[in-house]
Amino acid sequence: MTRFDLTTLPLVKPLLKSRWPQFVIQSIALGGFIFAIFAGLVGTPVGNHNFSIVFVWIAWWALLMLVAVPIFGRGWCSICPIPLPGEWLQRGAALAPQGHGLGLGWRWPNRLRNIWLQNGAFTLVALFSAVVLTQPSVTAIVLAAFLFVALGASLIFERRAFCRYLCPVGGFIGLYSQVAPLEVRVKDTAVCAAHTEKTCYTGNADGYGCPWQVFPGGLVKNTYCGTCVECLRTCPHDNVAINLRPPGADLLRPTGRKLDEAFKAFIMLGSAMAYSAVMLGPWGGIKSAAYSVGSVAWFGYALVFLAFIFGILPGLFLLAVSLGELPASRRPTRKAFISFAYTLVPLGLTAWIAFSLSFVFANISYLWPALSDPLGWGWNLFGTAGVGWTPYLANALPTLQAIVLIGGLIWASATARQIAVELKGGLQQALPVIVFCFAVTLGLLWLLVG
Amino acid sequence: MVASRLNTEFAARVFVLGIALGLPLAALIARLADKTIELRARVAEAGGWTPTDLTVAVGQPLILRLISDDVLHGFALGQSDGPAIDVPPGQAVETTLTFDRPGKYVFYCTRWCGLGHWRMRGTIEVAGTTADSTTGQPPLYVTLGLNIDALHEAAVTPKGAPSATRGAQLGVALPANYLTQDYYRAHSPAEVWQALRAGSFSTELTDDEVWDLVAFVWRSNTTPETLAEAKTLYAQNCAACHGETGAGDGIAAAALRDKAHEAQTEFGHLTQAPADFTNADHMLGASPALLQGKIIRGGMGTGMPYWGPIFTEVQTWALVDYLWTFQFEYK
Repeated sequence: MTRFDLTTLPLVKPLLKSRWPQFVIQSIALGGFIFAIFAGLVGTPVGNHNFSIVFVWIAWWALLMLVAVPIFGRGWCSICPIPLPGEWLQRGAALAPQGHGLGLGWRWPNRLRNIWLQNGAFTLVALFSAVVLTQPSVTAIVLAAFLFVALGASLIFERRAFCRYLCPVGGFIGLYSQVAPLEVRVKDTAVCAAHTEKTCYTGNADGYGCPWQVFPGGLVKNTYCGTCVECLRTCPHDNVAINLRPPGADLLRPTGRKLDEAFKAFIMLGSAMAYSAVMLGPWGGIKSAAYSVGSVAWFGYALVFLAFIFGILPGLFLLAVSLGELPASRRPTRKAFISFAYTLVPLGLTAWIAFSLSFVFANISYLWPALSDPLGWGWNLFGTAGVGWTPYLANALPTLQAIVLIGGLIWASATARQIAVELKGGLQQALPVIVFCFAVTLGLLWLLVG
Repeated sequence: MVASRLNTEFAARVFVLGIALGLPLAALIARLADKTIELRARVAEAGGWTPTDLTVAVGQPLILRLISDDVLHGFALGQSDGPAIDVPPGQAVETTLTFDRPGKYVFYCTRWCGLGHWRMRGTIEVAGTTADSTTGQPPLYVTLGLNIDALHEAAVTPKGAPSATRGAQLGVALPANYLTQDYYRAHSPAEVWQALRAGSFSTELTDDEVWDLVAFVWRSNTTPETLAEAKTLYAQNCAACHGETGAGDGIAAAALRDKAHEAQTEFGHLTQAPADFTNADHMLGASPALLQGKIIRGGMGTGMPYWGPIFTEVQTWALVDYLWTFQFEYK
């Protein structure tokens, strides 16, 4: 497949090689993050007028799900403020390598070198999301917890252990980054093979060894590449490229498919459906149950939520994969189950985009008063404090969502077909999976478009 | 080279610290420098007004920034004709009050924000040396020595709703004393019915026609304008418990009636079902002065708020007049 190396464009490489542009953006993001914690703790408890809720769960979420992930993949990870304080302490520097940092530098345990902890962390946050997304103080506590866990992880383990193995957000960004039209790859693997120092992994005076513990020479998928471009800085042979590529290219690579990632796909797809029902649906009882954390109703909600994403959805998918197997066996192999689960990556991403379209455009007008009065203290910094709530694109949204969902179904179906071919099967093997995707899309259309 | 790197690193650290800590610090400094008094509103169960007690000197403007932390609240001064100010959640609304007389003023929430809405009150202590020229008269129920907690069941009641219009059409020339405001306010409808029934001018009338005369007497002591104003007051302040039709079936009635209701811990377990103004036995045995007392003093733990510091005397009497519309037909 064709690729275009963006670093061949004027200014791109100097901008990426210099640490300052990235550092400035990271610092601004860190400032916003700390201000969000501050606002959540001392600002108004009214969520839609507090910077922490409006900027984190509406503005940032819109940026992440509608722009960053679909286009830049893990682009957000390259400017994410959460690991920065820990990383800077670990390195002993905020910019270029110098001296020694702090920390024990332990290796991350082998048994935990997967994304199961990220799956658990996301699920945990998702169970409390009705409260987290609406109460500024809870948002502040969750954000602060992210910051401290990342700090602790940096001081105990080597490199970005938090991002790679713990971050609840990083897990799904990594999964969905496989569909992004951008990738960081080496230009010639032979150059890497011949390069004995492997400075892209060990670091040198120009940059740090890959914080994500990835050897760029072996990169075939975006999943665990944080796009921090340290390898671009440290490669002495100018062998690292930022490629523009066909979207979804990683999905067709059979290597590196794993059960933890497959379950991440179920968790994300199931959560998109559950969120659509809880946050956008007309069922007050479900909303109340999701909100009343600790009550019997909430435990019931949590049980159904967990059963849906870990049991019902994977169970139905397993059934679909089984139906696609040859009648003689009807026993799906582990490989087939995991491989076909990657068809849920485009389906899940488009489900989240469709959900986010509703969520974001219905609430983004809260941005204007929150800009002028971020703490709800009666300020009017930019004269927009009095701007009332207005849902945007209300008439166009259902059509837009339907297009996105149907596009996702087509993409998922094509992926299923190609995975079936790769597994030496035919359309018969892919068909039940396509039917599964069709049913999920119908469900989402019902929930989101009505 | 090394020195240059150190300088760059130092600049980077200053930059990031400036951004990360600068915003919160700037916000805190701006807040400390702001001298406007912030009056925050939360539903009563979550604390009500904060602060609850304010002080200001006579003639000195009291600038308040009203902010609701949860639901829509309203702000108004008790015993004042000033308009209520809505306080939407998360938004700041500023108002300036200036008092020309010393004293203690009550401010309260004007929006039904929760079951404990009526408890959302606070005071403004206005200090000053200006002599208060008004001489307070005790309310009529006090002057009359009424026990407003005593039972007041009517000795007699009509078969249907008495009609003031029918009463007027009877053409009976009532003695003037029955039509005075003092007489009306001091007697219950049942007492007036008994007095009229005993009069020589009513010997030809049926019992229900005498009730129509009572309704006529009651209507003679109010005006359509008063009733219209009182209807608004009733809807804003009374209907949540007593119901729009006066039947004691407002949205908050269940919580007051049901001892097992979760809000009872807030109310104190002594609450009662709100009075049913459509109940003739109960209403026709009460005088307007008695109802005035109940409104002013409240129900002392029963859940009926004390409205004395909130309503003006005119408003209280207007409300009393309006309550009789649940018994008598005025049109």
